[in-house]
Amino acid sequence: MSTNNNISRRSFVKNISLASGGLILACNYSLFSNEMNTTNAVEFNPNLFVQLNTDGSLILIASRSEMGNGVRTSLTSVIADEMEADWNQVSVKQAVGDAKYGDQNTDGSRSILYLYETMRKMGAMTKAMLITAAAKTWQVPESECHAQNHFVIHTGGKKIGFGALAETAKTLEIPTNITYKNPKDFKYIGKSLKSIDVANYANGSAIFGIDKRLPNMKFAAIARCPVTFGTVQSFDKSAAMKIRGVLDVIEIPRIEKPFGPLGGIAVIATSTWAAFEGKKALAITWNYGKNETYDSEAYMVEITKNVHQPAKVEKEIGNVDQAFASANKIIESTFQLPHLAHAPMEVPNAVAWVQGDTCQVWAPTQDPQTAREEVTAYLATTSDKVTLNVTFLGGGFGRKSKPDYIVEAVILSKAIHAPVQVVWTREDDIKHGYYHTVSSQYMKASLDNQGRVTGWLHRFALPSIMSTFTPGIEFAQNWEIATASDIPYEIKNLKVEVGQAPAHVRIGWMRSVINIPHGFAVNVFADELAFAANKDPLEFRLDLIGSDRLEDTKDPIKYDTKRLKNVLKRAAKNANWHQPLPNGHAYGIAVQYSFYTYVASVVEVSMLNDKIKVHNIYTVIDCGTVINSDTVKAQLEGAAIFGMSLAFYGKITAKNGIIEQNSFSDYPLIRMNEIPKVHVDIVESTENPTGVGEPGVPVIAPAIVNAIFKLTGKRYYNLPLSDYNLV
Amino acid sequence: MITLLINDKKYKLDIAPEMPLLWAIRDVIGLTGTKFGCGIGACGACKVLVNATATYSCLTPVKDVVGKKITTIEGTTPNLQLLQEAWAAFNVPQCGYCQPGQLITATSLLNTINNPSDTDIDEAMSGNICRCGTYQRIKSAIQHTVELKNQTK
Ligand code: FES
Ligand code: FES
Repeated sequence: MSTNNNISRRSFVKNISLASGGLILACNYSLFSNEMNTTNAVEFNPNLFVQLNTDGSLILIASRSEMGNGVRTSLTSVIADEMEADWNQVSVKQAVGDAKYGDQNTDGSRSILYLYETMRKMGAMTKAMLITAAAKTWQVPESECHAQNHFVIHTGGKKIGFGALAETAKTLEIPTNITYKNPKDFKYIGKSLKSIDVANYANGSAIFGIDKRLPNMKFAAIARCPVTFGTVQSFDKSAAMKIRGVLDVIEIPRIEKPFGPLGGIAVIATSTWAAFEGKKALAITWNYGKNETYDSEAYMVEITKNVHQPAKVEKEIGNVDQAFASANKIIESTFQLPHLAHAPMEVPNAVAWVQGDTCQVWAPTQDPQTAREEVTAYLATTSDKVTLNVTFLGGGFGRKSKPDYIVEAVILSKAIHAPVQVVWTREDDIKHGYYHTVSSQYMKASLDNQGRVTGWLHRFALPSIMSTFTPGIEFAQNWEIATASDIPYEIKNLKVEVGQAPAHVRIGWMRSVINIPHGFAVNVFADELAFAANKDPLEFRLDLIGSDRLEDTKDPIKYDTKRLKNVLKRAAKNANWHQPLPNGHAYGIAVQYSFYTYVASVVEVSMLNDKIKVHNIYTVIDCGTVINSDTVKAQLEGAAIFGMSLAFYGKITAKNGIIEQNSFSDYPLIRMNEIPKVHVDIVESTENPTGVGEPGVPVIAPAIVNAIFKLTGKRYYNLPLSDYNLV
Repeated sequence: MITLLINDKKYKLDIAPEMPLLWAIRDVIGLTGTKFGCGIGACGACKVLVNATATYSCLTPVKDVVGKKITTIEGTTPNLQLLQEAWAAFNVPQCGYCQPGQLITATSLLNTINNPSDTDIDEAMSGNICRCGTYQRIKSAIQHTVELKNQTK
């Protein structure tokens, strides 16, 4: 079975592979960047990621985007640790979007996985050079020197600070032979480091994209066609122009590319508010186009029909039909999940300033290189003319890897010859997203007389993310199938089929992506089978995962059922799974392997006056080597809430092609009065570090649904639970 | 002309009296710590203290707060400072975007109730959304601040 399911999902955009980590190294060994040399006092740049000043201050470069993932702290702490640097001397600088940093796409929970070794190398390389510099200064063998806490120390007792060595180190060759620290000596890696940015977040000084200000900057809001890919037929700007602060009204075209702006009418103003008011005052007649017929309710009926009849076979092992024919018991269920919107707290926004043939952008982006490419293409220029500055991101969740909003700002700045900030309203964000897919899934399984699963059919239909890139694609594609076909269960007869599902809105990836629908259906169905077999859901699941084995995949990272069973058992143990709960409370359990990481959650639910309450969530994660345990904990706490939001409320619907939801009023999210206690337990491991940001999400909704079944005997196959008046 | 008193500083602004305080603060004065999240009073990202009470600045026209004392996240009041320290100690923020609004709301809570119960905290804080889901730590940081205050009394 192949398990590259989650990690390679963006390989269609650019040919990114695991090898891209190597690219960073390749370029760094040969590159001495002057980028950071802003003053004459600047000193030692052994590689792109490290700058040591003579006063000992150390500037480390974060090449990935900070959006709550803690990456600015965790990546740089790896360098500092290998370098034996003092964390108090470190400040972090955000890299601009540039291929010289290697792949900068902060997506797919890959930042640590790809960059861990690279960052260690950057640190170890720097340390080696500092030791050589000290040995040279003292005229002693290098073997008699070691580095510790920002000093190089000689066995004879002499010591010299890193800063004082910068001048000499600068003149040295890049070492080819470097040694790494023994992991047991790590000072920062695996420990709990506070976010380097925490104080700036708490005092309001952290600059997000929406906070960027330039002299003479104008503000812009854009009215886009309510139906995806509709166009402007005519518009009247007179009322808008009368609003105080409105400067101009400009039509912008749609750019027919995956990340192209939708087009529409832009209002340029002296404040965001004036731009928003101007936008409201526009009178626009739209050509809705062919997506006008999109009705998500009817669409669900249609794709459900497609999974209730034979579809495209993507995988078959053994003979499912035969297993079904000789079954002791047959169970079948259909699962329906709606579209979701990312809704990061900071709406899409960007500042652009086109001056002559150069362009500066400041934007909250998960993928500055792709953004830079899109801007370069729009301006029909070369990338050296485009600078893409990455600000803090007020959440991303996948939305901010799609730079349509950045190109909008560039179009407008070019048009009015001034710096422009484009700000989406919350309504724009909810109504013009790259939605998480809508899905219908049919599952059928056979049990023998011992209650063991003998046959398993998973047939699903969902509009593919690929439809955004290649219009006309109407079936789920490779990585969207792999989570179903590479299911970690030991089942002899298994079949996965894919039904037709054309897209009528832009489909995009959202935190944990295809694992949301597949994780939901598989985990709820497995629970249903356990009850049908009259077995404990935990024991049943462990049996289903089966023997200890490393799957024989082409992927460099092998899939380990022992680790999967371990997180499941440990979550159950932490929750005291076999102990009775207070009356009216029940547990549900779910487990998912995604982004190379193993996660299980046990959820404790009660019901009062027909409303459910989640009291506790016990999550266990095995993500290999942990860089920053507090970040992992925080990500899993957040993932539990994200998962609850989609389980309770998450629903985007369309009528006559128009998205029906508007804002947090009708696209609600979990609030403080609804939160459970989230208990996070991290498996200690020396395996490669793997994804942390996403894998905690997909287990939550199915575990809640399983707990509700235990409690009430009623099984909910569709989300959100608000549709059943349960929340 | 509209005169506003923000963080103990007077600003004379040539703006429409209907302009929401949020945009006067962010776009005209240039204090960007106060955030835009929805513009309809549904998320709390925009909250500032008007006198001592957390207020949705996205819903408050500037003409309504003339002569009142406005405090933003960049300002100082004793409870805000204590809470900011707790926020750092508990490493509360993830993306950080909602946190100014959360801190202002928590400050307002401690300005009104000395010893808030769990329910008081939930009630006060439920107007503030955190998409990153940092609620548990926000709650712990508030409880910790209350304990600290009680100890030093
Ligand atoms: S921006 Fe004011 S409540 Fe959301
Ligand atoms: S920390 Fe990201 S929205 Fe609250």
